[in-house]
Amino acid sequence: MTGGIVNNLVNSAQSENIDDLYEEASHWHVNTGDETIHAKRLAGRFRTYKWLGHALYLLFFLGPYLRWEDSQAILYDIPGRKFHFFDLTILPQDVWILSLILMFFAILMVVVTAIVGRLWCGYFCFQTAWTDVFTWIEGKIEGDPAKRRKLDDAAWSSEKIRKRGIKHTLWLLISVLTGISFTAWFTDAYQLWSDLFTLDAAFMSWVTIGTFTAGTYVLAGFMREQVCLWLCPYARIQGVFYDRDTELPTYDFNRGEPRGKLRKGENTEGKGDCVACNQCVAVCPTGIDIRAGQQEGCITCGLCIDACDMVMDKVGKSRGLVRYASLDEIQGIDVPPVYKRPRIIASSALIMIAVFGIIYGLTHLGSLELKVLHERQPLFVQQSDGTIQNKYYFKMLNKTDKEMQVKITVDESINGLTMIGADKTIAVGSGDLRSHTIFVKVPNGFISAPRLPVIFHLSDASDPDTMVTYESMFFGPKH
Amino acid sequence: MSDQNPFPGENNTGHYWDGNLRELLNPIPKWWMIGFWISIAIFIGYTIWYPSWPLINTHFKGVAGWTAMNEYKEDMAKIEAIRAPYEESINKMSAAQILADDQLANYTVRSAKVLFGDKCAACHGTGGAGNPGYPVLADDDWLYGGTIEKIQETITIGRQGMMPAHGSRLSDQQISDLTKHVVALGQGSEDAAGKAVFMSAGCFACHGMDAKGNQMMGSANLTDGIYRFAPGGADSVKYTIAHGVNDASDAKSRNAVMPVFGKMLDENDIKKLAVYVYKLGGGQ
Repeated sequence: MTGGIVNNLVNSAQSENIDDLYEEASHWHVNTGDETIHAKRLAGRFRTYKWLGHALYLLFFLGPYLRWEDSQAILYDIPGRKFHFFDLTILPQDVWILSLILMFFAILMVVVTAIVGRLWCGYFCFQTAWTDVFTWIEGKIEGDPAKRRKLDDAAWSSEKIRKRGIKHTLWLLISVLTGISFTAWFTDAYQLWSDLFTLDAAFMSWVTIGTFTAGTYVLAGFMREQVCLWLCPYARIQGVFYDRDTELPTYDFNRGEPRGKLRKGENTEGKGDCVACNQCVAVCPTGIDIRAGQQEGCITCGLCIDACDMVMDKVGKSRGLVRYASLDEIQGIDVPPVYKRPRIIASSALIMIAVFGIIYGLTHLGSLELKVLHERQPLFVQQSDGTIQNKYYFKMLNKTDKEMQVKITVDESINGLTMIGADKTIAVGSGDLRSHTIFVKVPNGFISAPRLPVIFHLSDASDPDTMVTYESMFFGPKH
Repeated sequence: MSDQNPFPGENNTGHYWDGNLRELLNPIPKWWMIGFWISIAIFIGYTIWYPSWPLINTHFKGVAGWTAMNEYKEDMAKIEAIRAPYEESINKMSAAQILADDQLANYTVRSAKVLFGDKCAACHGTGGAGNPGYPVLADDDWLYGGTIEKIQETITIGRQGMMPAHGSRLSDQQISDLTKHVVALGQGSEDAAGKAVFMSAGCFACHGMDAKGNQMMGSANLTDGIYRFAPGGADSVKYTIAHGVNDASDAKSRNAVMPVFGKMLDENDIKKLAVYVYKLGGGQ
């Protein structure tokens, strides 16, 4: 049995001429960045969508300057371990909400990718956006792709130095602005600018700005599509999110093949619609040929669709030779509607769980948090007046931005229960975790079981509505 | 192999065998090679900056002079700097003053926890939970007094319990009557015969007329049901009456010694321990 398979493999290998394999290998083009891709720019539908997607990053640049009640509206204060979002202040204790937000975006990405492919990569990813802006600048200064290639090969001249100088200056300017904008989310934006001009900024600010400047300059200026091809993990795991019903920029090979150049007066009978103009390759920012089928280099930005539609209009054929379509659709198999696909249903359900969790979390942030730790050594102590005493460590967290006077109370769930150490209100500073020790005594005779529930309350002395409750245990001897 | 390349322009190395078998040239990407050389440069810089190469008797120290021990000392100095204001206050204040300052008392309890674990917990148990033969410190039953000053005094000068053995002085009947009385006292009642022995044998001289003990001499309160010597109860009480505590004349006498810590610990540590013990749950 095994021998048979091996023989078959050997036979099939032998039956193919070795030169055919070499012929095939010569077409494999592994893009390792040795050649700079100078993509052509064409106007079009997807070009517009792409700009709209990139425009979201204006929020990244402008967001830090929003103010809210005399402080930055959105501020990720790492040294203070607080996240300010307009009226909300989120402390590390509520960071589980963040994990739900991350879960929300992670699954959203799975769902979106399963429906329309790498929407993120093509229109929203910062790598795509910054590269797009950088190459746009390059095009404005150095001209169209042919001129750019020529300039790449040209010897250094005053002209080349001038063009390159302007280009790199602009790139660096954007990179520095990116670095400063990123840093401004973590420290007061206006203060940061003034500190930068007086050279007083914190060491971490300089390091962050430097890192992000260098990162932006290198990744968007030089690495470009290499990041998508060789560095980005999401680019590589996308394959498992796709299925046969995923809508992707696809070349309709049934309609297009066999392709051939259009020559005047030639009979086009028996030929496909593809006129082999290679415009889809020329515009591709990652330098792939979409006609070779879906591949890992495709960021599904749709620019090849724009290019092909433009050509089809020119040659008088209908648009859509390259279009958003699924594999099944191209092959003429029925595609189920989105809401009937099990993967979409399951992922959407998970998304809803995350959404409800986030809403619950944000509406139940509370202003006080209480944890009560029962002393375990000793669990209980007999006092000379015949009572049994338990010791509790209170951990009280004030999540508001003002100092709070808090009051500890206890339910008289056990007869004769008295609490020691809670007669005064306790001051808890803003954002502070204050610890406090409380003793609870119960006469031995009233202890009906080795463990009894005891319920503590903590409230803001000036606002009893803020009460939080913690149920702990009261330990006593066995009778 | 041949110097003539039969497949020109194919991106091969020019090495070929058997007519058509040849080695293609797919060099490592340039950006990868740049990263590779940067890594090597960082490695070289690192071994110059930090201690690295082994030498015959020692090792290359590195130009930065960094050592793990120095870093540890720097970190410790930072922690000491944070502690300094508290330690200074503790140095200046009495134990009672420390107790009155909430924040300082909190600091003291935290910092004395380790000290208690090292010096006290071996006998008194973690958290002062007590051990057989060693008193519980978390309750409010104090042999020598539970005020902060008394606790501090006990730690500083130590204590030695003293109760004469009565096995040779009293008859068996008297001892069992007395045992009954002491057990009854702990439960809030009395035994008439035993009470008579309590008076006639002079027990009241140390334990007091009301049997509530005397903290001046460290005699136990017999009425609160808390037993100094585990496990408590009739047999244990009887043993204590018969053999006494620290009585040299009786080989079976109970042992109750609190060592002198005044020479082992400095005054600040003793203050801290006193506050810690006071705060365990029974300070008065």
